[in-house]
Amino acid sequence: MGPLVPDIISNELNFIVALVIGVAFGIILEQAGFSTSKKLVGLFYGYDFTVLRVFFTAGVTAMFGVIALTHYGFLDIGLVYINPTFLWSALAGGLIMGLGFILGGYCPGTSFCGAAIGKIDAMIFIGGAFIGVFIFAEGYPMFEGLYKAANMGSPQIFETLGMSQGLFAFLLTVMAVGAFWGVSIIERKVNKVDKPDPTPARLFVPLTAVAVVLGIIALFLPERKSTLLADVKDKEYVSEYQFKMMTPDELVFRILDEDKKYVVIDTRDEKSFAAFTLPGAVNITPAQMFEKQSKKQLNIRGKKYVIIADTEQSGKAAAVVAMNLGVDEISVLAGGLDAVKSQILNYQPPTDLSTRQAKDTDLFRKRAQVELAQLIEKNKNKKVVKKEVKRVLGGC
Amino acid sequence: MQNHAEATKYMNPYLAGFLLGLLLLATIFITGRGLGASGAVKSGVIATVNAVTPEHTANATFYKDYLKEHENSPLKNWLVFEVIGVVIGAFLSGLVSNRLNLVLEHGPHIQSKVRIVSALIGGALFGLGAQLGRGCTSGSALSGMAVLSTGGLLTMMAIFGGAYAFAYFFRKMWL
Repeated sequence: MGPLVPDIISNELNFIVALVIGVAFGIILEQAGFSTSKKLVGLFYGYDFTVLRVFFTAGVTAMFGVIALTHYGFLDIGLVYINPTFLWSALAGGLIMGLGFILGGYCPGTSFCGAAIGKIDAMIFIGGAFIGVFIFAEGYPMFEGLYKAANMGSPQIFETLGMSQGLFAFLLTVMAVGAFWGVSIIERKVNKVDKPDPTPARLFVPLTAVAVVLGIIALFLPERKSTLLADVKDKEYVSEYQFKMMTPDELVFRILDEDKKYVVIDTRDEKSFAAFTLPGAVNITPAQMFEKQSKKQLNIRGKKYVIIADTEQSGKAAAVVAMNLGVDEISVLAGGLDAVKSQILNYQPPTDLSTRQAKDTDLFRKRAQVELAQLIEKNKNKKVVKKEVKRVLGGC
Repeated sequence: MQNHAEATKYMNPYLAGFLLGLLLLATIFITGRGLGASGAVKSGVIATVNAVTPEHTANATFYKDYLKEHENSPLKNWLVFEVIGVVIGAFLSGLVSNRLNLVLEHGPHIQSKVRIVSALIGGALFGLGAQLGRGCTSGSALSGMAVLSTGGLLTMMAIFGGAYAFAYFFRKMWL
């Protein structure tokens, strides 16, 4: 379902959305006290840790939300902008920003808040930021080497660290709760007063409990995609499902008959698909079924889907994935593509043609053998245009 | 923080953080991208330079790449609209909470002149750093944390680590 842009919300409407989100962003930042540099730098001198509290709570909240929405299939993380990782540029840029923070007392977002309520220093900071970007733009040939060095793609931190997403989320939550507790102590010491704790115990204890419970849930909430893909490798797991089966004869008949109600889904990898497939088949591997684009293709109203793979077993496995993702109207090709090859494409008439049914089958298969081969040959030259959905470009 | 009355006027930080987290989540769900701020400054710079010397922007890589992505106008950018919203939102919030006040804030032991210069240099460094870091505290650190981006979290640690490392040398400015 998500992201809603550009399918449900158009790119033009998205600018209005940006404005509304911005207003909410501005209100929250200002209400939290991020419109004054004194409060912001308090973080670095230990007298006011508001920034850390707001920042960490927001990050952890959004992180849990993203994990949960992805888990339940409401958000296609493959389409969400994951900030790319360029090691040296990220570190150098961060350090320069750190120096800018302590000198300027703001960061860009907060400086706009400060300026909006009349802080002259914030306005000057924004002017400075324009100069800084201008220097970068003009000196770009000089910065380019550093800017593009050590490109690691867009990994997520748990992949980089080689742990599960749940474990990282849990550890980050524990770290946040620990930090909240620690900074309250530091804050009281630095201010040398028993000033009212901004985190009274009656608020802090339930909050901690909620955070820890969420963290534990995340820890045991395995990523749905990998679990499901692993489960369907198990024959016994797959055998618990009921399938509608379709014989090779029926499928080929429908293909030759140009029955538009049926869509053939080839679940093998791209290479095998390119080498050989049935006419009109669409290539969607089980892993790809989790993507937004494929979900759309698999949920066209009035269409019935025939899942094919080399063997019947792998076809069933793919069908289980599709069923779990809410695709109805699925049948599985009995015997898989192997059966199509042996029964039709490489058809050998049996010696015994005594029954009526055997004769009919023989007639059909003889015809199908020729026509299907022709149709496959014809479709081979047709280039299948795969619709690529691009990731949103975000960042600053 | 001797002024209790002012301190209590601000929202509870955990509540503010929770709301900010929900907003960030909604942003990701709706638009597929996170929040940001410095990108709007970048658009502003490019639009300005493009208006003044179009020949220059047509030749320099940095401008050329950006203008290719924004064919209509460099200002027709998601973050520009978002930041306009931020200014409106913060203004409304300041209005409601009675915090609208034209003032140059600075530490008790420095003069306004020092604050003006440091704010200007600080802003310039932040602007430059945000280009290298591919985002600022909002776009890289906060939004990066929400999607668990390695680069975003690295930048976040560098920003705050850096600020702590340099804090000692500039303590006279603030304390």
